[in-house]
Amino acid sequence: MPKDHGIGASSKRREDVRFLTGRGVYTDDIALHGQVHAVMVRSTVAHGRIKSVGTARAAGMPGVLAVFTGEDFVAVGGNPAGWLINSRDGTPMREPKRPVLAHGKVRHVGDSYAAVVAETYEQARDAAQAISDDSEIEDLPAVVNMAAAVANAGNRVHDEIPDNVCFDWGWIEDNRASVDAAIKAAPHVTVLELVNNRLVPNAMEPRASIGEYFPGTGDYKLTTTSQNPHLTRLLVAAFVMGIPENKLQVVAPDVGGGFGSKIYHYGEEALVLAAAKKLARPVRWTAERSESFLSDAHGRDHVTRIELACEKDGTFIAFRTETLANVGAYLSNFSTATPTFLHGTLMSGPYKVPNVYVNVKTVFTNTAPVDAYRGAGRPEATYSIERVVDMMCRELGLDPFEVRRKNLLTPDQFPYQSPVGLMYDTGNYQATLDKACAMADVAGFEKRAAASKVKGKLRGMGLSTWIEACGIAPSNLVGVLGSRVGLFDAATVRVNATGNISVMVGAHSHGQGHETVFAQIVADKLGIPESSVEIVHGDTAKIPFGMGSYGSRSLSVCGTAMDKALDKIVAKGKKIAAHMLEAAEGDITFADGKFSVAGTDKAKTFGEIAFSAYVPHNYPLETLEPGLEETAFYDPANFTYPAGAYICEVEVDPDTGRVEVCSFTCADDFGNVMNPMIVDGQVHGGVGQGIGQALLENAHYDETGQLLTGSFMDYAMPRADDVPFYNVDHSCNTPCTHNPLGVKGCGEAGAIGSPPAVVNAVIDALQRGGHTHVTHIDMPVSPSRVWAAING
Amino acid sequence: MTKVTMTVNGKSMSAETEGRTLLSSYLRDGLGLTGTHIGCDTSQCGACVVHVDGVAVKSCSVFAQDVAGASVKTIEGMANADGSLGVIQQALQDHHGLQCGFCTPGMVMTSAALLAEIPKPTEAEVRHGLEGNICRCTGYHNIVKAVMAASGQDVNALAAE
Repeated sequence: MPKDHGIGASSKRREDVRFLTGRGVYTDDIALHGQVHAVMVRSTVAHGRIKSVGTARAAGMPGVLAVFTGEDFVAVGGNPAGWLINSRDGTPMREPKRPVLAHGKVRHVGDSYAAVVAETYEQARDAAQAISDDSEIEDLPAVVNMAAAVANAGNRVHDEIPDNVCFDWGWIEDNRASVDAAIKAAPHVTVLELVNNRLVPNAMEPRASIGEYFPGTGDYKLTTTSQNPHLTRLLVAAFVMGIPENKLQVVAPDVGGGFGSKIYHYGEEALVLAAAKKLARPVRWTAERSESFLSDAHGRDHVTRIELACEKDGTFIAFRTETLANVGAYLSNFSTATPTFLHGTLMSGPYKVPNVYVNVKTVFTNTAPVDAYRGAGRPEATYSIERVVDMMCRELGLDPFEVRRKNLLTPDQFPYQSPVGLMYDTGNYQATLDKACAMADVAGFEKRAAASKVKGKLRGMGLSTWIEACGIAPSNLVGVLGSRVGLFDAATVRVNATGNISVMVGAHSHGQGHETVFAQIVADKLGIPESSVEIVHGDTAKIPFGMGSYGSRSLSVCGTAMDKALDKIVAKGKKIAAHMLEAAEGDITFADGKFSVAGTDKAKTFGEIAFSAYVPHNYPLETLEPGLEETAFYDPANFTYPAGAYICEVEVDPDTGRVEVCSFTCADDFGNVMNPMIVDGQVHGGVGQGIGQALLENAHYDETGQLLTGSFMDYAMPRADDVPFYNVDHSCNTPCTHNPLGVKGCGEAGAIGSPPAVVNAVIDALQRGGHTHVTHIDMPVSPSRVWAAING
Repeated sequence: MTKVTMTVNGKSMSAETEGRTLLSSYLRDGLGLTGTHIGCDTSQCGACVVHVDGVAVKSCSVFAQDVAGASVKTIEGMANADGSLGVIQQALQDHHGLQCGFCTPGMVMTSAALLAEIPKPTEAEVRHGLEGNICRCTGYHNIVKAVMAASGQDVNALAAE
């Protein structure tokens, strides 16, 4: 019987009711008395020197209250990079200032160099257009292609960085020579050059921010579309605006998806606060989707050369990669961590491979900043490995299922120290592979392929066995690796006098369902109904300092903090019970919502204990404090290591090149599962995005730095008829060994494991169909690319 | 500015508009009905779908003044009279057909129009019918399932979970 309550139950989401009835409150839904509207003036050229910003006409237009330019923010700080990465030679990365508004130069189409605040949105927009028309920006040659950016010393995104390289990173540099030697001596080496295509995250809610300033107290309030309100507060207050942290409240109300793009602080947040102070009125800004395309941090954008060295029987000897990773025009907050420690450390996958070396050069270009997008670095690592493994199998005439099975780590090898710096705690990769094969009916493939052939279609099957490092992250480890922030999380459990509970968490839900799942855990642990528990998130004035949600960390890091706070609640409850029941504290047990004296029928309910805590009429106050509220901060001992096996089947129409995903199977190990329904949903969404990356999506800049795919008419988002029903399972779980819930995280898995499965399936279909010259097609594997590959 | 009146969710409502005011802005800013969401600026995402005289319409593609006097239904009018969730809304909750909730109002409105036209749609018909609504969270699996369930079909065998 599936559970109907608490941990492991598919409890229905309580947040759904407000979303289904139009009563969610997203940032742009909030209307404030006296509010005014900001519109950004964005560069229409990719690279230009700002000769003049024509504000005079705009300032006199109807309704215009204030105009801002880069000059207004010269004295304040810049938006910082959160990780310091050193190059192979030990020199620190180049870190140009990222101002609130561009000053001196504009560096990508969409780079804001001015802003207008007016009484109405339309007035602000009209005035912004006037500034755009009246400004003089000298067009400079755009730096777009990464290889050219590195080669051409004369054309610089930042004048002080001659080769446009942020850093040249080796991982692990000390192993470089031994990996080179292993590859040189290997019986077989497969080489693959591939592109991990640039993506636009496109959360359905565009970014929006509202700034307020309260002259009476000097307090600021920022309501914004953020995945991590405390991180945003830290960045805005301490790094950019120079205001005390305790004078800034950051609220992230209902947030309509993030996928990484709302982790970061963006200039508009500082702008609305500065404008609110200047005007003493609430100032609001909401992106149009076109602005989102131009100014949200994009994802991926790697060009990689990977070599796989192996024995003739497919036993892996070494992986070596060289990658150019685009960071765009400025360093977004996690942009330097994504292609390095979220990518290079995953480059041994779930395999026994003794020699691995990763080289990444990050490159500035005149394009929007690039940062973490669902999976962040790990999809790039997985794609490179899983594609080159398939290619090697084809070169040597080996079965890709058997080669993976042969090279996967085995359960007896955990804990496993990888050659790229991680310690995998648990896993059973054979189990997920076996499960996926059974679910996908691999044995029945030939029959299905024959049926496809009758229809004139080519059928192929693709496999990907993947691993990720989640639960970001152990602060002591990331600190060594260059992180400038801690990555703990925090939770406060407040038991109210009437026995219901408010839990304030540092994690932020923007679709993940924390309000439901976290309540399930509290209810389970305290033996009370889920309906008695309220999860509070998204407001720095209410919650403890936590680091928010990304990197599949909410449950494993913040959930653990909550679990530890609950332990403290139980411990305090025992003290209170001992007092009330006139027993020794050590004799009190807690189970099913009752504190009992062991071996007797004397007991107090949770509600009685709670009430007593706030009506402490006869407490021994020197040894027993009133109240029942506890906070815990938790910093993980290690990353968590979800893993799985994904199998995709496609049909390719050889006449048009169109690829249809016929089936997609996921067997995942997420450790213990708190709410199966929600976990399934997370995998569905991740796979949907992965299929999007593999077949449809591409952020394409032309050679002048114009984004040609700047709207939903040009950028192919996956739609309902582009994807199948997914076949997902998470029964092969090996609980995480270092957090009490045994959880690993499930938010990014689908987006990490799926793209190579899709591309492997397409190549398999073409190979089986006799197009043996087609060994690789870069993503997105669009009809035109497939057709060209077949006919080229 | 021109005062525009229409019947919204059964009530007569009015707000001042410019000629360029879109129905989506009229509902959100003029009437304060913020359940209708704006997810794009090219009439591609479907988050703003409402019913105008019974027809599903992307409200960002219509000027408010052009539908003065019409009968408009928005997400705020989709629950049952007693406040409980309507059939499609309930199916979306039961089958976890929403995550961040931003596309959800448009999905509900489009699905309602779809089921009015095709009472028992096939999977392909649902997927085709939802083509104009983008969801970034769910991969569509549970939305399609929920719409089919809302039509009274048994969805348990649709795909293994």
